[in-house]
Amino acid sequence: MPGISASPGQLASAAALPVSRPADGIPITLTINGTRRQLAVQPWTTLLDLLREELNLTGTKKGCDHGQCGACTVLLDGQRINSCLALAVTKDGAEVTTIEGLAKADGSLHPLQEAFVEHDAFQCGYCTPGQICSAVGLLREGHAHNADEIRELMSGNICRCGAYPNIVAAIEQVRQDGGAA
Amino acid sequence: MTYIGTPRSRVDGRAKVTGAARYAGEFTAPDLAHGYIVSSAVAKGRVLSVETEAARALPGVLEVFTHENRPGTAWLSGNYQDEVAPPGAPFRPLYDSQIQFSGQPVALVVAEDFDTARDAASLIRVTYEAYPHQTDLHVQRAKAYVPSKKRDGIDPPPPPRGDADAALAAAPVSVRQEYSIAPEHHNPMEPHASTVIWEGEGKITVHDKIQGAQNSHNYITNVFGLAKENVRVLSPYVGGAFGSGLRPHHQLALAVMASLALKRSVRVSLTRDQMFALGYRPMTINTMALGADADGGLRAVQHEAVASTSTYEDYQEAVVNWSGLAYRCDNVKLGYKLAQLDAVTPLDMRAPGAPLGMFALESAMDELSYKLKMDPLELRLRNYAEIDGNTGHPFTSKELRAAYRQGAERFGWSRRNPEPRSMKEGRELIGWGMATGIWEAQMQQTSARATLMPDGTLEVATATADIGTGTYTILAQIAADAMGLAMEQVMVRIGDSSLPTSPVEGGSWTAASAGSAVQAVCYKLRDELLNHARSMPDSPLANASLQHVTFTEGRIALRSDPARFVTYSDAMRAGGHRMLSLEQTTSPDPNVQKTYSSYTHAAVFVEVRVDEELGVMRVTRVVDAVAAGKILNPKTARSQIIGGVVWGIGMALEEETFTDHALGRFMNHNLAEYHVPVNADIHEIDVIFVEEEDDKTSPLGVKGLGEIGIVGTAAAIANAVFHATGKRIRDLPITIDKVIG
Repeated sequence: MPGISASPGQLASAAALPVSRPADGIPITLTINGTRRQLAVQPWTTLLDLLREELNLTGTKKGCDHGQCGACTVLLDGQRINSCLALAVTKDGAEVTTIEGLAKADGSLHPLQEAFVEHDAFQCGYCTPGQICSAVGLLREGHAHNADEIRELMSGNICRCGAYPNIVAAIEQVRQDGGAA
Repeated sequence: MTYIGTPRSRVDGRAKVTGAARYAGEFTAPDLAHGYIVSSAVAKGRVLSVETEAARALPGVLEVFTHENRPGTAWLSGNYQDEVAPPGAPFRPLYDSQIQFSGQPVALVVAEDFDTARDAASLIRVTYEAYPHQTDLHVQRAKAYVPSKKRDGIDPPPPPRGDADAALAAAPVSVRQEYSIAPEHHNPMEPHASTVIWEGEGKITVHDKIQGAQNSHNYITNVFGLAKENVRVLSPYVGGAFGSGLRPHHQLALAVMASLALKRSVRVSLTRDQMFALGYRPMTINTMALGADADGGLRAVQHEAVASTSTYEDYQEAVVNWSGLAYRCDNVKLGYKLAQLDAVTPLDMRAPGAPLGMFALESAMDELSYKLKMDPLELRLRNYAEIDGNTGHPFTSKELRAAYRQGAERFGWSRRNPEPRSMKEGRELIGWGMATGIWEAQMQQTSARATLMPDGTLEVATATADIGTGTYTILAQIAADAMGLAMEQVMVRIGDSSLPTSPVEGGSWTAASAGSAVQAVCYKLRDELLNHARSMPDSPLANASLQHVTFTEGRIALRSDPARFVTYSDAMRAGGHRMLSLEQTTSPDPNVQKTYSSYTHAAVFVEVRVDEELGVMRVTRVVDAVAAGKILNPKTARSQIIGGVVWGIGMALEEETFTDHALGRFMNHNLAEYHVPVNADIHEIDVIFVEEEDDKTSPLGVKGLGEIGIVGTAAAIANAVFHATGKRIRDLPITIDKVIG
């Protein structure tokens, strides 16, 4: 009987590649939610895994790990990015804002967080941090002038619960109130 | 009553918008190890060898589990039966060398960190002996069979009534067509994951992505032979599930196995592509025939469905039963068969069965309306069912007629030109379509506990889940109203196997079930407090009975003289309690179940716009008028319906899991190639809740909302596409190639 040898999804040559592991990682500095942190990261560690696994900032979500769902959206130097597609080592010196860094120190919520609660712009809550970070970035970009443009420019953030109409309503309200920052 | 029926923001809202809410794969422990699954590359066969040496040699790798070295535990197939398992022999992870489906786990690597586990998994070499497999329902339908053992909770099709063959042959107008729906996957945003915390001395705490913590708890104790008190399962937040979290999955079994063997904490999270091997909405082919009089009266309904299942379980759902009760008809013949594929067992997915069967029925009704030259809505009203034709029972309530009327009015249905391709704007053809939705309204036996704390706040607890449905919020509303407290004074605890018994959250039954239990235990608490208050020395309530008093703001006061009262705290203390905790179980009324049928209904109206040259379709407007009994929280209720409608749009136009039949594997196992609706796909969705009194389905009067939004929506869209283009697509999803092809 013929046998099939396979490891799905992996390079056949993976076993042969020498893997070099810097024992202590590569030193980088990130300012995360206003706090400057000296970190040592492996070259293959994504910003997402660094946040979730090493810094215990699990508010940033892993939905696909392929840049296809937007759940991992954070603000990097003010711009929204998929943190699963960013290798941490390449972001030395950057300023990162995650969902944990949006509310004020006194606990009062960011206007978009308030609006998401008020408009019921989520159900299970798993895509929500990414949606909110994405919306913060969107309003900063200043390209969305109406609900249609919000829909288009928020389409990188999947909400499987289907809260889209409420997400648009929440963002549109904050946009109109001018509470973007 | 101050909270029930009013729009309330979610009580768990702050936790979700700040990132504080933690999901199963986000809990940690100092000794946490990480598991990574290696999945089968073949659909059927057996594992000849698993080479693990290279993986084991990697620094940080703790163990590689395969069928050859797995720890010995209780491995009888019956021990793997869970609360919602269909008949058959459930899949047993790493049980033996046999491969039953592509993507089946064949090894688990456990390492000190996730990167190492993933890296090590890539070094494992598996050799298989592949057997011939069959994953094509179109081939296997020739071997379809009626399942001999019925699935608990799923009614098989009712026996035929009248003579549907003769009536169909004699009907002056008829439709006979085949309608099929592609396999779909749940794709909740949160990947399935289990974090097992090793507490020492054989005790574990398990954070699992599950719609019923007690289902996982029972599964773990049965599979591993553990004492119930040594296992606790928690699922306070579930990042979407839609049915994918009803059954405990293999990542749970593997994480527990590794934790017990290594005596340390272990987390196993699935990747997005691995989640496609957990189960799916079965591909279903409907054969539907309708016969009618010239005036539109239905004379015959024939509906047979063939759906995919696996080789090891007979997964069943209600696909055709709806066709026997949606409309009045004396001659009905229904059939439901399964065909086995060499694939994972299908898994309940939002409104399991209903949107599949209703796509066929409601498409055929639309086709019939054109043959009759009758308005599709008028055809439905002409055949309105006042009783459930399947059982002959009256409905507990049915305001579908009002839903049709209010929905049509809001939508502007009367302005519709019935002629296909008659409405156009710019380069877009405009189509208006409608359909009926039906789902069962159910209540399940559930227990709840209410605890009045020394500070006067209240805790209510039951094991159920909140998968985004709003359970936390409605339970807080119900408890606050029952006890006359502010919602802020009520703490809701759910998602914990150690809490009073609750079924899995599913089937749209949680509001009626957990809600009724919470209300009942609060009422019991009131009785107890009143008894204590009356027995106090010189009690102002000495002679008062329940109807003489009010329970508001933490006080039991005389209705006739509210200045005379006893506080809850004083009453508790008088009874000798520092805090007071009671438990109560509620069940559906068996007499109602025997003599009534209970369903939620919806009338869905949609507008689609189709680019005439490119075939691009947009659902620009949806009005969904829903009759679902009492609405506890219009804000979260509307969200449930919107979500269901979005799922209907996905089913109609986007969602399809493709199988490579040569490999026997799902091909598009990622969110770039498995299309779910994104924000730009969704436009106006208008939800109407029709007034409906129902005093029979549950003590609360609610009928449930989780499923009804999807049922009928896909059919309404298909009907609108026909109206826009003149093309009848009977094979979902309706993709561009089918419209311009």
